[in-house]
Amino acid sequence: MTEATSQVSATPAAEALIAELRERHGPLVFHQSGGCCDGSAPMCYPRDEFRIGAHDVYLGDIGGEPFYIGGAQYERWAHTNLIIDVIEGRGSGFSLEAPEGKRFLTRSEVCSIPASG
Amino acid sequence: MIYANPGSSDAIVSFKSQYGNFIGGEWKAPVDGEYFDNPTPVTGQTFCSIPRSKAADIELALDAAHAAKDAWGKTPVAERAVILNRIADRMEENLEKIAVAEAWENGKPVRETLAADIPLAIDHFRYFAGVIRAQEGTIGELDNDTVAYHIHEPLGVVGQIIPWNFPILMATWKIAPALAAGNCIVLKPAEQTPASILLLVEMIADLLPAGVLNVVNGFGAEAGKALASNPRIAKVAFTGETTTGRLIMQYASENIIPVTLELGGKSPNVFFDDCFAADDGFREKSLEGFAMFALNQGEVCTCPSRALVQKSFYGDFMDAALDRVGRIKTGNPLDTDTMVGAQASRDQLEKILAYLDIGRQEGAKVLAGGEQLEPGGDLSGGFYVQPTVFEGRNSMRIFQEEIFGPVVSVTDFSDMDNALEIANDTLYGLGAGVWSRSAHTTYRMGRGIQAGRVWTNCYHLYPAHAAFGGYKQSGIGRENHQMMLAHYQQTKNLLVSYSQAPMGLF
Repeated sequence: MTEATSQVSATPAAEALIAELRERHGPLVFHQSGGCCDGSAPMCYPRDEFRIGAHDVYLGDIGGEPFYIGGAQYERWAHTNLIIDVIEGRGSGFSLEAPEGKRFLTRSEVCSIPASG
Repeated sequence: MIYANPGSSDAIVSFKSQYGNFIGGEWKAPVDGEYFDNPTPVTGQTFCSIPRSKAADIELALDAAHAAKDAWGKTPVAERAVILNRIADRMEENLEKIAVAEAWENGKPVRETLAADIPLAIDHFRYFAGVIRAQEGTIGELDNDTVAYHIHEPLGVVGQIIPWNFPILMATWKIAPALAAGNCIVLKPAEQTPASILLLVEMIADLLPAGVLNVVNGFGAEAGKALASNPRIAKVAFTGETTTGRLIMQYASENIIPVTLELGGKSPNVFFDDCFAADDGFREKSLEGFAMFALNQGEVCTCPSRALVQKSFYGDFMDAALDRVGRIKTGNPLDTDTMVGAQASRDQLEKILAYLDIGRQEGAKVLAGGEQLEPGGDLSGGFYVQPTVFEGRNSMRIFQEEIFGPVVSVTDFSDMDNALEIANDTLYGLGAGVWSRSAHTTYRMGRGIQAGRVWTNCYHLYPAHAAFGGYKQSGIGRENHQMMLAHYQQTKNLLVSYSQAPMGLF
């Protein structure tokens, strides 16, 4: 795991949902997904459920819970800060909030312009 | 024409107000009695409720599947093939109803379900009914007295987790080869799009022996995990995204079972300047190829969401391409003229809007669309996005992540080497398109692009007879084609000595 330059934060609504989920499921972990369907969505699991790998990058904590992204994906996202929000939704995947009718959503802000093209 | 909304008095198809799980040939309520609402993305209104199943329901389905597996695995292939053909026939008799139901469930245009999704699903059952009868094991004569027999055997009971973008077609891609090969199935539809599969299963339920196909509904964290991590499945197949793909591999590693994963892409669609060498049908075909990003509202794992256009004709091509995009008809999915309907869910809509925002922040230029679509009337509660064309650079997030919306990001290239460099500068490798009149160009590009399928002078064709699957982070294994039977079979080797003489070792 390497330290990141890009940052992650959460909206107040997301922090409130994280607190609820922690109450119900214990310590949590977030992992930013990629690919199709619900790719680009952050996945929230019980802390021990998902194995963080040697190439995952730790971006910081949100609502007191660690947030990771795959190393190769991080390289392509490093010019953006991630803001984790929550919306009404029915996102699939195994993320813990989906049965509540809610879905975490990754919003982004550009913090530097990517170098080349 | 416009089909009436399912459930209305003029409708050709209606859903039940509540569904059960299909287990052991019967409809069963979820063990703990919980349900969730299922809305249509066409209007945003709830139209039925679906079991919120848990581990106990998965166990019931696995009990039923295991009770059925020995008999099904020993059923002659001719009989299994007949059943698959009967399923296809039943679907064909009800094609229009299924197509309307699928459009209502998913938001995709009925024009597409009538012409593509459902006919392809029907053909898929027929294809695997055919190939299972033609499949043979092998015999190797190792020497005069020793023979190696290789015989295909079913795996047993398999778990399948279905995505929401083509609910019935993607379920069929997994169901047809698994059944043909003699396996029993526990299938979990996506929680966004469970109802059309349930409607289809209701329609074909009498054709299959009890327990051969079981459908359990619910959420990933509850039903999906209970299925994917279960020691009573011999294989798990999943279509979705990378983090869940990793989690499913992790579960599979606990039970030492195989997985097939299809995890999406960021497919390049490459246009060489000889597309415009003549003002003819091929020129038109290439422009249609560009507009294919909007098919199924962009909710396709192989959406050609990166267009690479050769510099030497960039201006001319983009003028014509934007004109083509401007003529895309959007709106009510149940109108047979509609080409782009509704996004499948509210969270999908929000995710696409978040990408439209970041594309602008990154400095990409909006050449078309770029906003949520407001169709008006009853549709206003639905989830609609304008077909959108961005112009930018391949390092931008909108070029690197599958937006899964009707959004294409365009950049230019100088020559073949440059085109290959950009095309392969991605984490994924599922699909790609190459457009040129030169066989040399298309062949070199096709071999050079690191993707499981390179459509050459065509795009978005999904015949049962062509293998589909990804390189790189796009997944593991393939779907479609006879070779997919191998993903659902064990190999039994009988190594037989016909010699009557001892080896002389002991």
